[in-house]
Amino acid sequence: MTNNSKLIELYTLMKRIRTFEERVSELFIKGHTAGSMFHLSIGEEIAAACMGNAMQKNDSFTTHHRGHGIFLAKGGNPKYMMAEIAGKKDGYCKGKGGSMHIADMRLGHLGSNAIVGGGIPTVIGAGLSYKYQSFPNISVAFFGDGAMQQGILYESMNMAVLWELPVVFCCINNQYGMGTKIDDAVGLKNFSGRAKSFGLNTLHIKTLDVEEAFYQVKSALDKARKNEPSFIEIDCYRFFGHARMDKSPYRSEKEEKKERAKDPIVFSRNKIISNQLLNENNLNNIDNQISLEMDKAIEFAIQSPINEELELYTDIFESEESKPEKVQDKINKILSI
Amino acid sequence: MLQNKNFFEEITFRDALRLAMHDSMQENKNIFIMGVDVGLYGGAYGVTKDLINIFGKKRVIDTPISESAIIGSAIGAAMTGLRPIVELMYIDFFAMAMDQIANQAAKIRYMFGGQIGVPMIIRTQGGIGRSAGAQHSQSLESWIMHLPGLYLCAPSTPNDAYHLLKKAIKRSDPTIFIEHKMLYNTKGKLDKMNSAGDLNKASVRLLGKDITIISYSRMISLVNEAASILKNSNISVEIIDLRSLKPFDKETIIESVKKTKRALIVSEGHYTSSVASEISSSIFEHCYKLLAKPVLRYTAEDVPIPSAPNLEKISVPTVEGIVSNVKKLLN
Repeated sequence: MTNNSKLIELYTLMKRIRTFEERVSELFIKGHTAGSMFHLSIGEEIAAACMGNAMQKNDSFTTHHRGHGIFLAKGGNPKYMMAEIAGKKDGYCKGKGGSMHIADMRLGHLGSNAIVGGGIPTVIGAGLSYKYQSFPNISVAFFGDGAMQQGILYESMNMAVLWELPVVFCCINNQYGMGTKIDDAVGLKNFSGRAKSFGLNTLHIKTLDVEEAFYQVKSALDKARKNEPSFIEIDCYRFFGHARMDKSPYRSEKEEKKERAKDPIVFSRNKIISNQLLNENNLNNIDNQISLEMDKAIEFAIQSPINEELELYTDIFESEESKPEKVQDKINKILSI
Repeated sequence: MLQNKNFFEEITFRDALRLAMHDSMQENKNIFIMGVDVGLYGGAYGVTKDLINIFGKKRVIDTPISESAIIGSAIGAAMTGLRPIVELMYIDFFAMAMDQIANQAAKIRYMFGGQIGVPMIIRTQGGIGRSAGAQHSQSLESWIMHLPGLYLCAPSTPNDAYHLLKKAIKRSDPTIFIEHKMLYNTKGKLDKMNSAGDLNKASVRLLGKDITIISYSRMISLVNEAASILKNSNISVEIIDLRSLKPFDKETIIESVKKTKRALIVSEGHYTSSVASEISSSIFEHCYKLLAKPVLRYTAEDVPIPSAPNLEKISVPTVEGIVSNVKKLLN
């Protein structure tokens, strides 16, 4: 199946994700990032692109710590994302969340999470809520292969099937849980088999073809919308280290070279050209546009103001009277007695 | 019959809670209950009894024994328009769900820059009294008290239980609501018209002039008993029932201690790093010039709670202990 504009759309999305991830480090280099704690999804773009594009506007989701790409694919604006990662006032969460806690309720982003598996049950609650209120939405939990070894996933899978919820579990299997290869963390590598035993629909995406992946996951999402929860595993490879400072001493250059050759972006670019949908020039134009978009996003983040110090004390509770008192104010009060 | 319960009625602590949930659910169709055995079983301590018959399975949801996912799914529901009341059967089981409570529920509003809160109640119960042993008898309120982002209540009377729960359900942020297993059968007047005051304020149960005793939950009944014994010795005790532990009503405590110049804190939590520790340091900070004696923390021992009834009883404060410690402070 081929839909000309869909492949180009998905290519563009993947390229935007990669460019965002490649360029986010510039914030650090330029002294404008909140810290070195960000986790790149370079090499995994196929997962975010096919899923994010197949979700509907009012569908919600949670992500793991490696979630920039998923949010971009669901409509996240790179400007506010960069500002968030830079810890600036204009970020999606006023810079208080940072790379690992981006969320945006308007786009259904119920939060990225820095606890492996931590955001998974949130989608169970969202699914329950949609069913309770007769909303036609689904909710998707994104996580890595590391979370496949967390108990909370299985508590959640059971509830999804038990209560017939409109939810999807999406495992982006990048082969590594931080520095530990899947072979050293998993006894029997049959994630779909685990999910199937809970009663979930299962789908295992092994292709490099994002268009094919899109149509496959779309059918799984459609099933979830009819209260048939699904488990989707998407195979990919984390091209770089766990976090910025990680130079991957636990794996060989040979392995990296071999795996990086399986690049979903290169694959779809070649497919677009060989199907004569666009030529090299057209694609370069798209790439240049994306580069300009990221220039602007980085510039926006750099220009965005930092928070006033009083912002430290807001957003703990809605109620103004529950705002915590500054420690120094407490001390001063005691010393003045 | 829940519907017939009206004001000025004698009611058990258990029924007061049940009625608070009932009345709240009637007012707001997006409030629902979930937890292990809250439906057909009626809750391990009978607090949700019959509610499934009134509101149906959609609004009283029996869950698998998956504490972490129970709290996690309640969070997701709360973020998408509902108001869950979760029953976590024993406070000891918070250990099973602590990531969802501490890292998720407590932090969502803040991490996400104030975009959304988690309007959720976690009802639980703790404390000794049933020889239930080390994993079913703890008072772990200090775990919660340490975390920004959570409200914490521990009422001692049916009237407070009713009103505080009803008010807490209306809040836009999570409240941990701690009941005590030995309070469920206790009775008191319920006055539906009396709103029981500000949810975050303490209640002065007894006015006195010689010493302030600060306590909460079941320990209030021991403190009451001790106060009547002490009255016979002409010792006038002021009793402050905290009701809310986070925030706790520092002003009322300080005002009272300024008057009495002596303070005893009575709590079923352990001695070290406890609710009592926190209150004690607040009193010291604000009243140290006036204090006639050191502030005392009279708490559970720093030991796991034993099952053996004689040992269980002495692992936490007793009436005799309160009386003798008050006398020591007045000597």
